[in-house]
Amino acid sequence: MSRPLIIRELRKRYGDRPVLGGLDVEIAPSEIVAIVGPSGCGKSTVLRLVAGLDTRYHGEIRVGDETICGPHPAVGLVFQEPRLFPWLDVAGNVAFGLHERSSPRAADLVRAALAAVDLAPFGTALPKELSGGMAQRVALARSLVVEPQVLLLDEPFNALDAFTRMRLQDHLLAAWARYRPTLVLVTHDLDEAVYLADRVLVLGERPGRVIDVIPVATPRPRDRRDPALAALRVALLEAVHLERTTAAVA
Amino acid sequence: MFEAYQLPPPPIVLDAAIGLWRRGLLQQDLLATTARVLEGFVLGSIVAIALATVTGLSARAERALEPTLQALRTVPTLAWAPLLLLWLGIDEPPKVALVAIGAFFPVYVSLVAGITGVDRKLVEVAQVFDLARGEIARRVILPAALPDLLTGMRLGATQAWLFVVVAEFFGSSRGLGFRLTDSQQSTRVDFMFVAIVALAILGKLTDTLIRVVERRVLRWRDTIGVARR
Repeated sequence: MSRPLIIRELRKRYGDRPVLGGLDVEIAPSEIVAIVGPSGCGKSTVLRLVAGLDTRYHGEIRVGDETICGPHPAVGLVFQEPRLFPWLDVAGNVAFGLHERSSPRAADLVRAALAAVDLAPFGTALPKELSGGMAQRVALARSLVVEPQVLLLDEPFNALDAFTRMRLQDHLLAAWARYRPTLVLVTHDLDEAVYLADRVLVLGERPGRVIDVIPVATPRPRDRRDPALAALRVALLEAVHLERTTAAVA
Repeated sequence: MFEAYQLPPPPIVLDAAIGLWRRGLLQQDLLATTARVLEGFVLGSIVAIALATVTGLSARAERALEPTLQALRTVPTLAWAPLLLLWLGIDEPPKVALVAIGAFFPVYVSLVAGITGVDRKLVEVAQVFDLARGEIARRVILPAALPDLLTGMRLGATQAWLFVVVAEFFGSSRGLGFRLTDSQQSTRVDFMFVAIVALAILGKLTDTLIRVVERRVLRWRDTIGVARR
């Protein structure tokens, strides 16, 4: 079901400003990888390129053995904001990417996806009736229902308060356990990165490239109070911070 | 200030209306005018929606059509009448065409504004799902532009009532516009007031009808307007 995501020598510039300076990553099927780094290091750009929203880049992006050059049904993206269609109810939003939306099978898939994010009773609600956290869960269900092999998340819990964010992280893990996509999460929350990911990639200042990789070996379910995670968070902080100071010196 | 024959009091106007009704003339006028408005409004709206969809979605079509349409928009209503009479004869077609022109521009302008104003972020969601351009237009852009379309249709309906009166000034034998000019020639001011009151009522009814539709169709909107209305 799930396929690896392979990124080789990925370079991207906006005008004459380089944003990505040769990014190399290989992500295993069903692996969860978090990408952290200073703002402007091209984290979100990587996701936009992999999702096919921008096709002007140098290098290679592959899902399994298929090269990505444009939107691909195997790749899903959850944005920073829920971006729900306000005129569709929750079920209609979740069904948006399905092909035969009025079939009984589609209804089953939608119901399962809503259950996976714990929103089963809300199918007929309108987006305007949802809280921010609920709306983002609907967005997650909308991406998962088409069973993408690679799911990209661009700081998806950014706008939420700390408690809602922790709940949503667990929703994400539960949904991931059900659909098992290869998952790439861009975040600036180091706790979130350590709690969710199998591996954390640290990107350096612009032009972005991978300067450090921190594996998180702790098995799931993880305990947020686990000292091992706290130690990794410190290591991560140092990796990010080290990059800052060397960049400042240079 | 005015003599009774210049500004008849309401009871006299009511009597006149009853008189016209008894002779079957009021029904005939109402029916003729309403039919012209309906036909012209539907025709104008359909053409406006089709053209606005094309120019709103395609930059090339916009470059080709927009300057011409903007120039045509500035032409005063009355200027069309002689040309339409020449082209379409004196029967129903020129009247319906004039009403259609009146309805066309508000619908067209509002829908183009709505389409070009659609949030790029919503379009991106559809792009990630690899939807074709036509699918994106049908399932994202047009629904998102629906509030603007309905606003345009409300303005278009008002215009349609305006234009039908003008259309009926020329070579017609029935309709509220005809009743106005005909009564002017026979100085039946009471009949003129019957026509004016009828136009006011019909215009208001149309507007209310579209607002009801608007409220139902746009139930999803999260704006202060929804709560207030």
